[in-house]
Amino acid sequence: MLAYLIRRFFAAAVMLVVIVMVVFGIFFLIPKWAGVDIALSFVGKQADPAAVEGVREKLGLGDPIYAQVWEFFKGIFAGRTYTGGGDTIHCAAPCFGYSFRSEQAVWPVLTDRFPVTLALALGAAVLWLIMGVSAGVLSALKRGSLWDRGAMVVALSGVSLPIYFTGMLALSIFVYGLDLFDGQFHPLEEGFSGWFGGMILPWVTLAFLYAAMYARITRATMLEILGEDYIRTARAKGLKETTVIGKHAMRSTMTPLLTMLGMDLGALIGGAILTETAFSLPGLGQAVLNAIKNQDLPIILGVTLVTSVAVLVANLVVDILYAVIDPRVRLT
Amino acid sequence: MTELSKSGAAVGEPTPASPAPKAFLEVRDLKVHFPTDDGLVKSVDGLSFQLEKGKTLGIVGESGSGKSVTSLGIMGLHTAGQYGKRKAQISGEIWLDGTELLSADPDHVRKLRGREMAMIFQDPLSALHPYYTIGQQIVEAYRIHHDVDKKTAKRRAVEMLDRVGIPQPDKRVDSYPHEFSGGMRQRAMIAMSLVNNPELLIADEPTTALDVTVQAQILDLIRDLQKEFGSAVIVITHDLGVVAELADDILVMYGGRCVERGPAEKVFYEPRHPYTWGLLGSMPRLDRDQQERLIPVKGSPPSLINIPSGCAFNPRCPYADLPKDNVTRTVRPELAEVGSRHWAACHMGTEQRERIWTEEIAPKL
Repeated sequence: MLAYLIRRFFAAAVMLVVIVMVVFGIFFLIPKWAGVDIALSFVGKQADPAAVEGVREKLGLGDPIYAQVWEFFKGIFAGRTYTGGGDTIHCAAPCFGYSFRSEQAVWPVLTDRFPVTLALALGAAVLWLIMGVSAGVLSALKRGSLWDRGAMVVALSGVSLPIYFTGMLALSIFVYGLDLFDGQFHPLEEGFSGWFGGMILPWVTLAFLYAAMYARITRATMLEILGEDYIRTARAKGLKETTVIGKHAMRSTMTPLLTMLGMDLGALIGGAILTETAFSLPGLGQAVLNAIKNQDLPIILGVTLVTSVAVLVANLVVDILYAVIDPRVRLT
Repeated sequence: MTELSKSGAAVGEPTPASPAPKAFLEVRDLKVHFPTDDGLVKSVDGLSFQLEKGKTLGIVGESGSGKSVTSLGIMGLHTAGQYGKRKAQISGEIWLDGTELLSADPDHVRKLRGREMAMIFQDPLSALHPYYTIGQQIVEAYRIHHDVDKKTAKRRAVEMLDRVGIPQPDKRVDSYPHEFSGGMRQRAMIAMSLVNNPELLIADEPTTALDVTVQAQILDLIRDLQKEFGSAVIVITHDLGVVAELADDILVMYGGRCVERGPAEKVFYEPRHPYTWGLLGSMPRLDRDQQERLIPVKGSPPSLINIPSGCAFNPRCPYADLPKDNVTRTVRPELAEVGSRHWAACHMGTEQRERIWTEEIAPKL
């Protein structure tokens, strides 16, 4: 188990290095090939050549690519000092560089925005698990009934309706129509109820989309499991039907759900761009969207890294939980 | 078993007049039908038998003859897992130790399951939950019916594993099913079904999924345990070798009905139904010097939606044309006594069958 964990962490670290190199390569080489001067985009179009040259020196843009990647890595762990153009800036570790647009350091941007996205993803996950799994189990147990058909129609619409539709619908009903919420994000530091009120619509809207998928998967898995021999054995022992379903069948139904949950959470932490945009949440998704619009490479690079770490961690947690649930999975 | 006489009941099976039977287990005119889109599947269509404590009944037949559905019907599991499907229809009477199960409260029947009647399934790997240890599963089976703490129940589980011959039971109790070999798993399954000392044990193809070398061990185990616990045992199998090993009585099923029933030695040495002859002819015999080719029963099992009219076996029976007036294709034969406690359902005359058996069939076996 420990050896497995060490190996997995090592593999994750290697994976991260590869991701950084590839992303770095893509974002810094493409402008070069496209003939766009990064230094120029940092300084602004009507800059004087001396300033451009200074920025180029400061960011080490003239250095070979491997040196630039190395400087970037070193910055993350040891900090980095930019010199050139007549002034010196020290960027403490972890240093992800500076935004081209706002000239803010990237790391504080990430740490500001990450909690918002994390709260959005986790809160929605709790909701969609409760809604999706219970709807799916009920549908399976009442297969073919009016409830089953109704739930599956709702689930289908949940899967097919895009978040910018359901999000706008929720906003127009609950914020502009009923005036239940103010439709604004409030940081947690300013009070729990304001924060909660601002998060509840994004949570529900996002959860609706995922609950639909989870309901369908739960229903299909549950129906398959209910036909298993060991469920018949559980009944033959004289167990109550609630125990048969709630314990024996649920335990097996959890495995595919867990796999999905790991991937979905990882992807969401990488940026629920549509949800954050629809509800103006200052999360990573919104940051990366703006960064893409502004060709703000350091921000894109930073968010990509955070996302990769999130996906890797989520997958690791899922793999470990998988072994906890299913004893046949050996962590070796 | 009580002496029974033939009566005019619908299936022609002997049906005692008194409602509460003397036999420990008595099944009367059991029918289990499954409605499907293609029609009504008559898996069991009028089956009756009795079984005493300490005795073993072997139910023999091909796949789809209704053997397993019969056992599930007795356990009350024929509708289990049929969520949203059209429910199975069951009729007749199942008397277990003075209680009629089909009309009893389902929760009462649930409490009997596992305690009064238990079941061993064909494939122990799929019949045990892969995510729980053997011990957890046995403990659960024990604690549903006994109000004891987990420690006591676990001691009981270890004791049972020891009893069924699992080495180092105190260690293996914490193993998962996938860590056991096939034979060990079936032993564990048997330990689990016997943990509450059930008076009726149904073994549904208990050795089919096992290696030949392990099969005999498992059969020995079942026989020993039956002697020890004095339970009534139903062994369901398509393997005549298994019933030869275990059964006191044999019931041969075909197309959801009983075609021959009697003491094991009678059914083996004086069978009175062409289908039983076919089964015996297709069984390899190692106790004979010279073995000719096995004679398979021609054709395939009947559709349970369209059971052939007349005798269900007539399309495959080599003697179907012997009785007069095409009676095998129009009239369903009833079970008739052909000897002491021995019944068969065939239109041919008893002497005729006796002659065919002794002159044509027996010498070839």
